[in-house]
Amino acid sequence: HFILLFSRQGKLRLQKWYTTLPDKEKKKIIREIVQIILSRNQKTSSFVDWKDLKLVYKRYASLYFCCAIEDQDNELLTLEVVHRYVELLDKYFGNVCELDIIFNFEKAYFILDEFIIGGEVQETSKKTAVKAMEDSDMLQETVEEYMNKPAF
Amino acid sequence: MPAPIRLRELIRTIRTARTQAEEREMIQKECAAIRSSFREEDNTYRCRNVAKLLYMHMLGYPAHFGQLECLKLIASQKFTDKRIGYLGAMLLLDERQDVHLLMTNCIKNDLNHSTQYVQGLALCTLGCMGSSEMCRDLAGEVEKLLKTSNSYLRKKAALCAVHVIRKVPELMEMFLPATKNLLNEKNHGVLHTSVVLLTEMCERSPDMLAHFRKVSLVPQLVRILKNLIMSGYSPEHDVSGISDPFLQVRILRLLRILGRNDDDSSEAMNDILAQVATNTETSKNVGNAILYETVLTIMDIKSESGLRVLAINILGRFLLNNDKNIRYVALTSLLKTVQTDHNAVQRHRSTIVDCLKDLDVSIKRRAMELSFALVNGNNVRGMMKELLYFLDSCEPEFKADCASGIFLAAEKYAPSKRWHIDTIMRVLTTAGSYVRDDAVPNLIQLITNSVEMHAYTVQRLYKAILGDYSQQPLVQVASWCIGEYGDLLVSGQCEEEEPIQVTEDEVLDILESILISNMSASVTRGYALTAIMKLSTRFTCTVNRIKKVVSIYGSSIDVELQQRAVEYNALFKKYDHMRPALLERMPVMEKVTTNGPTEIVQANGETEPAVLETKPPPSGLQPASQANDLLDLLGGSDITPVIPTAPTSKPASAGGELLDLLGDLNLTGSPVCAPAFQIAQPPFLLDGLTSQPLFNDVAAGIPSITAYNKNGLKIDFTFERSNTNPSVTVITIQASNSTELDMTDFVFQAAVPKTFQLQLLSPSSSVIPAFNSGTITQVIKVLNPQKQQLRMRIKLTYNHKGSAMQDLAEVNNFPPQSWQ
Repeated sequence: HFILLFSRQGKLRLQKWYTTLPDKEKKKIIREIVQIILSRNQKTSSFVDWKDLKLVYKRYASLYFCCAIEDQDNELLTLEVVHRYVELLDKYFGNVCELDIIFNFEKAYFILDEFIIGGEVQETSKKTAVKAMEDSDMLQETVEEYMNKPAF
Repeated sequence: MPAPIRLRELIRTIRTARTQAEEREMIQKECAAIRSSFREEDNTYRCRNVAKLLYMHMLGYPAHFGQLECLKLIASQKFTDKRIGYLGAMLLLDERQDVHLLMTNCIKNDLNHSTQYVQGLALCTLGCMGSSEMCRDLAGEVEKLLKTSNSYLRKKAALCAVHVIRKVPELMEMFLPATKNLLNEKNHGVLHTSVVLLTEMCERSPDMLAHFRKVSLVPQLVRILKNLIMSGYSPEHDVSGISDPFLQVRILRLLRILGRNDDDSSEAMNDILAQVATNTETSKNVGNAILYETVLTIMDIKSESGLRVLAINILGRFLLNNDKNIRYVALTSLLKTVQTDHNAVQRHRSTIVDCLKDLDVSIKRRAMELSFALVNGNNVRGMMKELLYFLDSCEPEFKADCASGIFLAAEKYAPSKRWHIDTIMRVLTTAGSYVRDDAVPNLIQLITNSVEMHAYTVQRLYKAILGDYSQQPLVQVASWCIGEYGDLLVSGQCEEEEPIQVTEDEVLDILESILISNMSASVTRGYALTAIMKLSTRFTCTVNRIKKVVSIYGSSIDVELQQRAVEYNALFKKYDHMRPALLERMPVMEKVTTNGPTEIVQANGETEPAVLETKPPPSGLQPASQANDLLDLLGGSDITPVIPTAPTSKPASAGGELLDLLGDLNLTGSPVCAPAFQIAQPPFLLDGLTSQPLFNDVAAGIPSITAYNKNGLKIDFTFERSNTNPSVTVITIQASNSTELDMTDFVFQAAVPKTFQLQLLSPSSSVIPAFNSGTITQVIKVLNPQKQQLRMRIKLTYNHKGSAMQDLAEVNNFPPQSWQ
């Protein structure tokens, strides 16, 4: 299945696909889904039947988080998964807002990859996931510092 | 060449673009810069450039020229490069590009890297988008990492293994030994991913499933689950007071798979399931998620009934919850369980019906499906009221399904004919244009069969289309009925309702306006024209008007209408003597589908009360009681039952095409008895109206046989094969009596092996006069789709010389031409 993040105006902020599809197909799907979800009002439930998948979406401030799951997956748990991801982002960035995700999109991807692999949750502890991110970042810092040293 | 701008700069700049065109311009400029930088093989800034490329890709611009660059980044030694490289690989590459295979070597090296984060990156990428070839090559490495003591890597390796198994199921066994110790871990991450891995294995292979059941996985899982619930507060994994709900749910799911269809495992889980079900807090979504999974598990395994009732009650509570998500989830699960635990779900019927009024589309759909599943004889009136109201107010996408559902339910549970017809009328008038096309013939059949309601029905239908004749199915049914029962309408004979005064002209007015109206579909016009034609025999004073209308359409542009009009004209002119017989009232039709009450066919327009058979017939034919006797007598399960029709005084004929002429009904089976009328012989009529001869000449040479000759009773078979349907053989039997006394009450019955189908038409009489002075003829139609050798057992009963005689015989001497 797949995960999408998009703003209220329909701009895509993050897309993670766990199945193989041609690019054109992906774009079409994104357009379709964005349309469906943006047209639903407050009173409706967070679940939409779409083709043979279920779409679970939740809105946090100005961002929509949308997950596509299979028939036998637990929808309520997926809502929790989405919430956990937002919590991770929050912990890492400190009071995350949409701009953080826009400017640091690659970090958002990295955090997602620490939390979910192949469509399944890999780490249920907030602390561990964030620590792994921070450690990887440390590796990066050292190298970048090295890089910025003038004329070596 | 100046240093390429930083990623953040780029993002900031692009966001300042005010129009789409401006943005595109910026992007193109930057792309060009990036491309030239790539060409220069600039190692230092490659990472930055690819990152920018990924951003542009997310905005929707093409970025495939960066694919090779990603590979170079992955191969680099710098962690930053690798990170961006792998990200790019996951976003830009997938298994359909050939380039991705080049990654395999890099990933292999990185899987053995000294830094765990690099290993992690490699595992992650492989687990997200590894193709089957890559998986095959690298499975060994993954398996090695599965056994390492480093929990960070172990959990990633487990999920990677899941992906490998999904892509290459044959490799599953490879991971089996490593799973032995997985559940002994304390680390929740590893536990969680291991459970996922085990779930995947069990789902895919029944052997694995059996293996795990034996290895007493269930007690282990139960223990872990218990620890989770009982143990104290662990802030790390906690969500709103519940410890590690993700793990709990996954364990429940695995338990579900293990317990399905397995009594021992199910028993071992009963306690823990009850515990989870009662102890979990339901105030937050988390608790409900766990309860939901528990309910699903309880319903799926062989749990004891107390537990099941508990589960359904939980679902009932969900239904009353204000949160829409929870109600949606409850409705979905109830739909799954309604087959097995029908009574328990019935208790919540009123809540479900309330959900029909919800604003959310998904909830409405679920509630509708569930409501249809819950309709039964007791609650049908109340439920129908609600459903009809729903039909009125729901979105168009539901109307077709709802209408069909209502028809089905009404058919099964209608408490009275009048109610049934009222309901149908209501549906036709509210959602008329959404009714499916195949519903029209079914409705017509239903109406024909409810004989006493004809007057009432036609009156109501007439009133309905008086005002508005735009809904096609409604108009079709109405015109057909008016055509059939117009005389009842005009004579004002209705008992059920206040009869209305309608003149023949008014009726014709309506039908003509349907014909003329632009809103009428071609099919509807066909119906209307035929109806007008039928009225020519029912109405007395307006025949001339009808003639005029019919002749007008003789030159219609619509070919179908034109053909009909011309044929009807011909009826008026040349075959006027046949017209009354031809247009006589339709007999009650046989229902070939197996739902609901069915009736045995009667021959004449005046229908006698029919015998209701409620047993669903095995082969689509209806066993009459005589056929049952035959079965008992002849024993053997290889004989199919047969329908002898009630003997009538008029000969019947196989005028299938004639029926087609009289109405455009897509009858689901061939009618057993054609409308009976006086004819000279079949070929004459058919010649007049169609040019295709239906049957081969008898003289075309299938020899006739003597099937039976005993005690003075001789039965000859003559054969005809059908031109239009080569598997049909028509046998005409002639029974003659060479004794000095008549044989009376003669009944001929036949049975054939299972691969055949038999149809007996009415005999010419039931008395065989003595001294060969006359014969009884009867027609048998045999359907032989598999072209097997024709065999038949016959049973004869008659009265002779004052005593009842009965005989059985087998006929084996059928000539080959009769069945090949």
